[in-house]
Amino acid sequence: MTSFIHPTRRGLLMAGGAGLLAAALPGHVGAQAAPIRIGFQLHRTGIGAAYGRWYERTAQAALTAINEAGGIGGRPVELLFEDDATDPKRGSEVVDKLTQQAGCDLVMGTLFSHVVMGSAPRAAELKVPYLVCSEGYHVASGALNRWTLQPGITDVRAQISTMAPWVAANLGKKVTMVFPDYAFGHDHRDFFTAAIQAQGGEVVAQIAVPPTETSFTRYFPQIPAETAVLYHVMVGPAVLTFVKELGEFYGTGAKPALFGFVDSLEAVDTATPGLEFLEGSHFWEAHPRVKAADAGEHEDHYRAAVGVDDNGASVSDAKDVSTYSHMFSTWETLYFIKQAMEAVDYAGPADRQKLVEAMEAITDLPYGIERPQGAKRFNGKTHQVFGSQHISQVQGGKLVKVHATTIDEGLYEDAVDYTSMSF
Amino acid sequence: MKPWILHIALIAVLATAPLWLSPYHATNLARIMVLAVFAMGYNLAFGYTGLLSLGHALLLAAGMYAAGLPAQLWGWAAGPAFIAGIAGGGLIAAALGLLALRTAGVSFMIVTLMFAQAGYLTLLYFAHVTGGEDGFAVVSSGRVLLGSDLSTDTPRFLAALTIFAIGLLASLALVRSPFGRTMVAMRENEERSRMLGYNPFTVKLAALTLSGLYAGAAGAAYALLFGYVGASFATIQYSILPMLYVLMGGAGTTLGPFLGALLMFALIEAATVLTTAHQFIVGAALVVLILFAPKGILGTIRERWLRWLP
Repeated sequence: MTSFIHPTRRGLLMAGGAGLLAAALPGHVGAQAAPIRIGFQLHRTGIGAAYGRWYERTAQAALTAINEAGGIGGRPVELLFEDDATDPKRGSEVVDKLTQQAGCDLVMGTLFSHVVMGSAPRAAELKVPYLVCSEGYHVASGALNRWTLQPGITDVRAQISTMAPWVAANLGKKVTMVFPDYAFGHDHRDFFTAAIQAQGGEVVAQIAVPPTETSFTRYFPQIPAETAVLYHVMVGPAVLTFVKELGEFYGTGAKPALFGFVDSLEAVDTATPGLEFLEGSHFWEAHPRVKAADAGEHEDHYRAAVGVDDNGASVSDAKDVSTYSHMFSTWETLYFIKQAMEAVDYAGPADRQKLVEAMEAITDLPYGIERPQGAKRFNGKTHQVFGSQHISQVQGGKLVKVHATTIDEGLYEDAVDYTSMSF
Repeated sequence: MKPWILHIALIAVLATAPLWLSPYHATNLARIMVLAVFAMGYNLAFGYTGLLSLGHALLLAAGMYAAGLPAQLWGWAAGPAFIAGIAGGGLIAAALGLLALRTAGVSFMIVTLMFAQAGYLTLLYFAHVTGGEDGFAVVSSGRVLLGSDLSTDTPRFLAALTIFAIGLLASLALVRSPFGRTMVAMRENEERSRMLGYNPFTVKLAALTLSGLYAGAAGAAYALLFGYVGASFATIQYSILPMLYVLMGGAGTTLGPFLGALLMFALIEAATVLTTAHQFIVGAALVVLILFAPKGILGTIRERWLRWLP
């Protein structure tokens, strides 16, 4: 006699088998559909907050687009944002938290160079891919490691070098440089000085301004009279004062042509009172903030997805100006991750090394919705991407694109081969 | 005897932490112990000697660069680099003290703040050597101590624990020694101490130098254990942090710096989950603490319940 209390052996086996199947099924189905978790090291507070706000919006927009198109390899994607306070020490802790605590498959999104430098060693220790959106030369210089890559934005060396031919041909060959006296300014000083010399030009004066300076009047008399081009890369809240005082110094008299980097004016409206002196001057832009007349076919889609109008400001608040020349990097980095993960059929953290190798194997990145800024070429040895640059002129208080460089103009010799390093 | 048992018990509990903590929390505990060494040094100057400095970031950075640069430039291993870091912190503290201790009170705060700012700008100015604002990642060969790779979890935790344990027991021995009591005398009544025959300048200089040795050790440990050296550690933020740790844990208590560093770290971790305005939560917590427990947590416990707490 069999009963519930005295089951048969077959009954027991069947029940056990059914139980095992029931236990395994949800897990199996769950593993198939388990989301890919991407940690985003975000400058939500600290000096990088204006950039961070737009990095978050752009990455969210890309995430929505990717998920709506089926995710990565059929799996949905999650972004986990964690504030690093734009601080290298906290940055390293955030990499740790996103990787070990939140279980992210990789970490991305860092902009400020010092946070990248502080965080990259921890990423290498944890053996987690760390994809930065920083434009620093630190990746391609060989200062970092096998796990750190920059696939979404060109580096400052390439940007500066490509500007010199246009400046020499269109603005003049005798250049005076005014730059902040720390790493960012020194990169400009060194790379531009060499690049303009290669064009037969020369830097007639280098005026280094201490980063704590709040008034610049005393530096302007150091600008030689023979100066044809004034190259300025002041950044931070002092920019408005710098431009205003420069305007007062030259008054309505003759002045050199001005050339700057839009880093000075990211998240700042170029029509802000006090910036009138910039009218007619030129700026480097990675991605023209004001929609160019010859913008690519995906430009409108990208702007709509992120919530940016044709002037580069938020569609919901025209005073909320974007960091347009940097934020596309988060979008393009997410699509780069998608491409590499799908290439290796990424299953989980055990595939991280394979994932980095797949990234290193990527070369051509054509223009498309995946890369709204433009086509790119990735150098797997230096872990750095190369792309086109733009020059815009301030016309009627707006930045109007006047020139674009080719990818080839920004290439330079490799300083490192990360693929020869161990993981 | 009770204080020694308590301190050794704490070290013993911490030593077992990797067994019951996740790797993530164990690594954070290593960070906290390094920060606590920095705060212990600050406590010797501020909590025991009454020297309210706003320039300790300079001493932390001195240790960090004195350890990191030889590793980077000349290939030093972690052992010699760490010793160089301690010496760097102590030397800069002594030099700072020779000049800044000619002042007192608010003037001392301002002078130390100015020297720290000058130190920060010096790091930026010599960017070709120091790496400037970006700093540099310490080469892996410089992170090897007696054959152990300090970039891996267990050796890093043990190294942090060892530095912390030595620092903690040394500070306990120091504050219970005659010199420790002289330091407290300077804090309580400098004029009376002078009348009793002590030279306040030399006592304060010695205390500040000891504080610098701790800060240097913490800076060197951070560089070698976590692999990064950068000028941001020389900014005002890192002068204020040890003060907050000490105020929270209890100024003039040997365990206060560790407790403060631990709680502040936990507070930031918890606050970032709740809100983007996590700095506000930290600030509010400190205001509440200063209003309702001005002597810090252990200072209040000592006052009310455990009079023997060192």
